[in-house]
Amino acid sequence: MIRIPCPFCGPRNASEFAYKGESKSRPPVGSVTPEAWRSYLYDHDNPEGWVREGWYHRAGCRRYLRVERHTLTNEVRSVTPAARP
Amino acid sequence: MTAAVGEALGVGRLGPRAGEVIDREAPLRFRWDGRDFAAYRGDTIVSGLLAAGVKVFSRSFKYHRPRGVLSASFLDPGCTVQVGDEPNVRGAHRRVEPGMDVRPQNVWPSLRYDLKSANQLVGRFLGAGFYYKTFIKPERLWPAYEQVLKRFATGGRVSPGTPHGFYDKRYAHPDVLVAGGGPAGMAAALAAAGAGATVMLVEEHYELGGHLRYGGAAQLAALEELRAAVAAEAGIEVLTNSVVTGRYDDNWVAVLQRRHPDLVGGGFGPAGSPVVERLIKARTRSLVVAPGLVERPYVFEGNDLPGVMLSSAARRLVNLWAVRPGRAAVVLSANPDGDAAVEDLARAGVEIVGVLDARSGADLVRARAGRDGSLSAVELADGRSLDCDLLVTAVGWSAPTSLLNMAGDKPVYEPRAARFVPGGRQVAGVYATGGIAGDGSLDELVAHARATGAAAARGEPASSVAGLVLDAHPELFRAATHGMVDFSEDVSSKDLVSAAAEGYDSIELMKRYTTVTMGPSQGKLETVNAVAVLSEATGRSIGETGTTVWRPPYAPISLGALAGRIHEPVRHSPMQSWHEAHGARPLVAGQWIRPDHYGDPEAEVATVRERVGIIDVTPLGKLDLRGPDVPKLLNLLYVNKWSKLAVGSVRYGVMCAEDGVVLDDGVTGRLAEDRWMMSTTSSGAATVWEWAEAWLQTEHPDWAVHVTPVTTAYASINVAGPASRELLGRLCADVDISGEAFPYMNLRTATIAGVPGCWMWRIGFTGELSFEVHVPAGYGLHVWECLLAAGADLGVGAFGIEAQRIMRLEKGHFIVGQDTDGLTKALGAGLDWLVKTDKDDFVGRPELVWQDQERYQRLVGLQPLDGSVVPPESSQIVGAGDRIVGRITSSRRSPTLGRSVCLGFVDPELAEAGTVVTVLLPDRRRVPTRVMAHHAHYDPEGVRLRG
Repeated sequence: MIRIPCPFCGPRNASEFAYKGESKSRPPVGSVTPEAWRSYLYDHDNPEGWVREGWYHRAGCRRYLRVERHTLTNEVRSVTPAARP
Repeated sequence: MTAAVGEALGVGRLGPRAGEVIDREAPLRFRWDGRDFAAYRGDTIVSGLLAAGVKVFSRSFKYHRPRGVLSASFLDPGCTVQVGDEPNVRGAHRRVEPGMDVRPQNVWPSLRYDLKSANQLVGRFLGAGFYYKTFIKPERLWPAYEQVLKRFATGGRVSPGTPHGFYDKRYAHPDVLVAGGGPAGMAAALAAAGAGATVMLVEEHYELGGHLRYGGAAQLAALEELRAAVAAEAGIEVLTNSVVTGRYDDNWVAVLQRRHPDLVGGGFGPAGSPVVERLIKARTRSLVVAPGLVERPYVFEGNDLPGVMLSSAARRLVNLWAVRPGRAAVVLSANPDGDAAVEDLARAGVEIVGVLDARSGADLVRARAGRDGSLSAVELADGRSLDCDLLVTAVGWSAPTSLLNMAGDKPVYEPRAARFVPGGRQVAGVYATGGIAGDGSLDELVAHARATGAAAARGEPASSVAGLVLDAHPELFRAATHGMVDFSEDVSSKDLVSAAAEGYDSIELMKRYTTVTMGPSQGKLETVNAVAVLSEATGRSIGETGTTVWRPPYAPISLGALAGRIHEPVRHSPMQSWHEAHGARPLVAGQWIRPDHYGDPEAEVATVRERVGIIDVTPLGKLDLRGPDVPKLLNLLYVNKWSKLAVGSVRYGVMCAEDGVVLDDGVTGRLAEDRWMMSTTSSGAATVWEWAEAWLQTEHPDWAVHVTPVTTAYASINVAGPASRELLGRLCADVDISGEAFPYMNLRTATIAGVPGCWMWRIGFTGELSFEVHVPAGYGLHVWECLLAAGADLGVGAFGIEAQRIMRLEKGHFIVGQDTDGLTKALGAGLDWLVKTDKDDFVGRPELVWQDQERYQRLVGLQPLDGSVVPPESSQIVGAGDRIVGRITSSRRSPTLGRSVCLGFVDPELAEAGTVVTVLLPDRRRVPTRVMAHHAHYDPEGVRLRG
């Protein structure tokens, strides 16, 4: 089981977190086309390499976190609060 | 001790050996195959039986060939037995206990006269893929095939009456975990502890020591020294009869601890009951892999006969259990271990009929069976034939690299040493030492292990330790004849050659096609031979052929150990004691245990419809929302509008996900200018909280909103029925609850039955005049009992979930998850009136805008024309040609209306009121059913509710 270094709680087992999937930007709802919206909902990149994804520290500080993880090695290189800039 | 026992102990038992692990002062009796046997404490099942002259312990998996000892270790494929109710016990590992009832497995009708061994005679028909090819057509015979195959491929038997064993779990955080308690493992643990680390040392056998245990005087002296040092080191926790079953990310290591005498059930299991197995989940900074080497069998005709065994097996039997493995032996030796076996056997009084030195080209051709089915002679390559009852082979070793592979390393083949070795990929925090890492004298191995243990403790890279050399070893895998490769699965080298010829010529394909390496020993004995045979068949080198991927678990683990101690927390409301005392039937709803009813749900409905009832709705999700930006959050999460909700008012709302599918519903009220109370469904309480946090934390961190879940901080009671106002008025002095002062869809803070800090809202899930009161949880039972006492003259009674479900269905209120599913978008649920697409944004808005143009099923009220028929929920609604055009989502008999009432989905063309559709019941009856104008079957105008 991988460990995620929570910026608020320290390194914790992944089982304390809920995986929220790839981090994506929500398209503007006023002008989005059905194709673009559904791509946002259902298309996921699933690359081999570094990904930015959301994890929720459900059994800890209850913060949504943005995690940079390598899908091949499970190395985690950055964890930050998930707030969009 | 009886004479019979004394004799049994004597048959194959040697005089005392220096390193023996048996206690000759402690003889014991046990049963094997229905007969009495004797052994000593410290014997394994198999060593005890061998000493008493038993040679055959099982019948093989496919051909039912008699099988004896091969490796005399946990992995021994022919020594799997049934012990009492426990199947698949490794008989060459498990220690025998007084009174143990041991039986052979996979025999029918008996070990001696096994009818299924007829399979041997037709063996040529059971080649690679036989089962795939034979039992595939016709499909209608699959159930019959299953019965046949079950009989032939049985393992042990589990009785349904077997009592549950007590299994446990433990979490551990050692600095260094050492897998393997041989000399290298002990030395690594000592060095790591010496460097200040806390160490967990895990050994598969019952004692530390590895191969030193069955060595000569020098090895035993070294062993004593190491053991004493380990025992004296407080920083080392030693786990014997335990095995590391897997290494996962970030050095998360699973350790299976098997039946230890010191593990007892404490306060959790039956008094004094032993813990059968304990799964330890260890997070370790450094993992030192030191499993040693596993001796490899040789492939030749007759290599699975009872009497053919590995040199390490012969040496264990002689030196650990003082058992003579045969009377006349031939030894094929390609290394010093084989030579040592010759000396051990000679010292044990075994006649050495011949020693074949493979290093100078000597070889054997085949082993022949005598009349009793076990070994009687060996044919040699030089044409001679030697009579013997024991054939010992020492043709090489395999490195059990599993744990390293799980850490990302890939083994590579080293032809000079004739074995796969770790590929050398550096994984932070993972180290290897001992035989798996290379060869050398005991001193050299211990020195390497010490350096590795110290590096592991300090977190220095594995590359900082100078490596071990590899000794040269002849490549010996198969003689000129074909024989067993996988003893567990009965796969021969011939099977592998024909599988390769059929095109299954990659090792991973061949494995799956022939099941080679897929049996109980999981390739630890046979993978390298399988690879070698495949290389031979394809003309590729062993290195090119490669090996299969090792995955967890390294050793078998019981489902009980994985499940562990049952730990399922349940949630009760503060009124649970009252419910239990009043005959509530429990309903399991997620973690909550709730009263389904108190004996007669229809009478409970009548209480509410005619008088007044109270229901415990504590699990209802409650979120306390504070801050100036709460309306923005509500407008985002709910499909309807929230900006203008006045203090003291509540509103119903529905939430959708971004795909427009209904997520949750509930009412939210405004307690003060900047304080709101949101209610959710009982099952959605946690989801909605996370959902609100997700939007606040990720998309709108600038909004000033604080969300506090208060579901269990308040006990919630719905007071419903025409007399509810009268009842509540008696307990609530500080709020005017008259219809004028406290109208429908309003909320008030109040003191109820003397309890301040309550809040209540006028809503009505049941369709009656009703007040939902929320009381600080500690006073829940007090208020509940006060309501019942104060309303006795009004005929008040408690009602449960079932009565509430009936009444909400009479009233046509849908339940998210019951009447909607993962495809139900808001418009389909009949929420057109609620969805405000003129809002700029809300979660799911785009899909709901587009849904208007789509064809979607509608949720409608339905009534069977024959009101006595109550269609089961999930019944299909069918159209022409039995095409499915809808389904029943909720269905009950309405005691109020005296007929059945339903909610269900129908195709849009059928949603018109008055349409008659056909409901198909599970018993094939067809029930004409009318589509109603409203979801509500009862009081559709809501007169009672607003009264």
